[in-house]
Amino acid sequence: MEKAHFYHALKVVEEVCIGCTHCMNVCPTSAIRVKNGIADINKNACVDCGECLNSCPVNAIIVEQDDFSQIFHYKQRVALLPTVLLGQFPDDISEKQIYSVILELGFTHVYEVDETADILTEVTKTYMQKHHQERPFISSFCPAIVRLIQVKFPALVEHIIHLKPVIDISAIFYREKLKNEGFSDDEVGIFYVTPCAAKIAAVKSPVGEDKSFIDGVINMDFIYNKVLLSIKQNKSKELKYELNKHISRRSIGWTLTNGEASQYSGRCLAIDEIHNVIEVLEKLENEEITDVDFIELRACDHSCAGGVLTTENRFLAIERLRKRADWYHRNKPIILEKKEIEEYRPYLLENISIKSIEPRSILSLDTDMMEAMKKMEKINRILKVLPSIDCGACGAPRCQALAEDVVQGKAKMTQCVFLQKMLTKEGLITPQESFDISENTWGVKRFEKKNINDH
Amino acid sequence: MKFTFFIEGENFSKAGTASSEVKKILKQLNVDPKIIKRTVVSLYEAEVNVVAHAFEGNMNVEIFPDKIVVRIEDKGPGIPDIDKAMEKGFSTATPKVREMGFGAGMGLPNIKKNSDEMNISSKVNVGTKLEIVNYLK
Ligand SMILES: Nc1ncnc2c1ncn2[C@@H]1O[C@H](COP(=O)(O)OP(=O)(O)O)[C@@H](O)[C@H]1O
Ligand code: SF4
Ligand code: SF4
Ligand SMILES: [Mg+2]
Repeated sequence: MEKAHFYHALKVVEEVCIGCTHCMNVCPTSAIRVKNGIADINKNACVDCGECLNSCPVNAIIVEQDDFSQIFHYKQRVALLPTVLLGQFPDDISEKQIYSVILELGFTHVYEVDETADILTEVTKTYMQKHHQERPFISSFCPAIVRLIQVKFPALVEHIIHLKPVIDISAIFYREKLKNEGFSDDEVGIFYVTPCAAKIAAVKSPVGEDKSFIDGVINMDFIYNKVLLSIKQNKSKELKYELNKHISRRSIGWTLTNGEASQYSGRCLAIDEIHNVIEVLEKLENEEITDVDFIELRACDHSCAGGVLTTENRFLAIERLRKRADWYHRNKPIILEKKEIEEYRPYLLENISIKSIEPRSILSLDTDMMEAMKKMEKINRILKVLPSIDCGACGAPRCQALAEDVVQGKAKMTQCVFLQKMLTKEGLITPQESFDISENTWGVKRFEKKNINDH
Repeated sequence: MKFTFFIEGENFSKAGTASSEVKKILKQLNVDPKIIKRTVVSLYEAEVNVVAHAFEGNMNVEIFPDKIVVRIEDKGPGIPDIDKAMEKGFSTATPKVREMGFGAGMGLPNIKKNSDEMNISSKVNVGTKLEIVNYLK
């Protein structure tokens, strides 16, 4: 049905995967099946939330990243940081040290993306006034949520605020700035240090944009290790970085829960963690929740402090970020007369909109309603013979999912272990056939002879 | 295609379950999201009315190639004056129900707004029958 190819940074390492079904059972979009003993992710359904990675007991799910050396293809190498990065380090490591190490790694510029939250907040206010008929407004901040709405809540797509998130605003700001300083487009490389897989997907397969404004992505845990290593080995003696900036409390809190919702007037809600988000989206869709102006939705527990690539405990990270915000607020080290970004305001405003976000429902059984009805009838018939215990031994997360897969031609009913037993008893399939089916689902290795007495 | 869902009276924690089930089905049938939304909003209001005002009821959903027909039938006190009940803001909801955030008297008017056809009949001390029809094209 869907033609487009969606990039996902989450990869199953087949050599490591033991086909344990944990990920299959937690995936909020039922995107995972076990085939041949290995987890298989459906690209159309995956929203890059990272739940599967968190649930994997053997670390078989990884976040693929770009090769770091690619930054050297560019003369000007900009590292865009999410503010949560600064919350990952122990108190005795200073902001200055972190920035310095990042520069030593080979970047020529460092910029925290949430700095453009001030501009975005202002534009969002005007946007909400102008488009008031599209209330309630859903933030476009978290790419996993934008995708979740596209695939599971198509009727809500039009409520997503059609404005760029701070990461893209920062990217176009920095590119334009360096252009004005005399560098050509292909001399400038912009790299985002990501706390999650969803932001990578947003860079590689942008929604509502023709192309990405970011040239590459670096995983946050990679930077974390580099910074700690360099500091522990006392490598960064001379601190390269001049700390002459001021970051607002709003910017530092932006990626945390209530970072956006606290900025707007009217009734604003902030919801984090994908299951909570799904619950609220259901209610929103039924109009069980009405009279809401703005809704901030984040896939991770405690928002980006809980991103899959964070290393620090989310509560400690949040505490540090709050302290950092307080510090800036109190000490205002050097407030620049006029922030450089202000000069770019007209340019940014001109480019801040995004195009339409298309729904791409994974729920419909068929584009043709008559066909869909026939399939639904078949599914209901199949469900009557399945045991409805949702054991997962067929390689699908629930009996319902197996029934749907069967009707869509993606699975066989005999994958159900209960049916296999019944059919064998009635002599309709041989024990060998039953065994072969299970081997197909679980892989040959699962059935290699094991002797109980060996253990 | 036919589906039936039971609606439990006076259990507000379950109000919305039947309409959510119908929503799931309509999504699977690839019905236009806008029509799904209208239908589900009106079914939710009707479901809440059974919970709030009646003892128990059923939601019978029938899906045709060109329309969705839903009949919500309940056993309950019935509605003595339907015209009055249809007025915006009219409500006989008890203070207890209002405390729970229901009973604004906008339910029936909202159903009317969100359906292509709405038929309501009621017998006092017997129950209420509400039919909602939404066309798919
Ligand atoms: N299923 C029902 N059984 C009995 N009375 C009902 C039913 N549905 C609606 N009513 C009556 O109609 C009135 C108006 O209904 P509605 O517009 O939904 O407002 P509300 O439910 O907020 O009171 C209700 O207060 C109630 O007196
Ligand atoms: S990232 Fe989320 S949606 Fe994608 S397969 Fe994993 S759990 Fe499912
Ligand atoms: S909440 Fe933040 S870290 Fe988590 S998926 Fe969304 S953008 Fe990424
Ligand atoms: Mg009502």
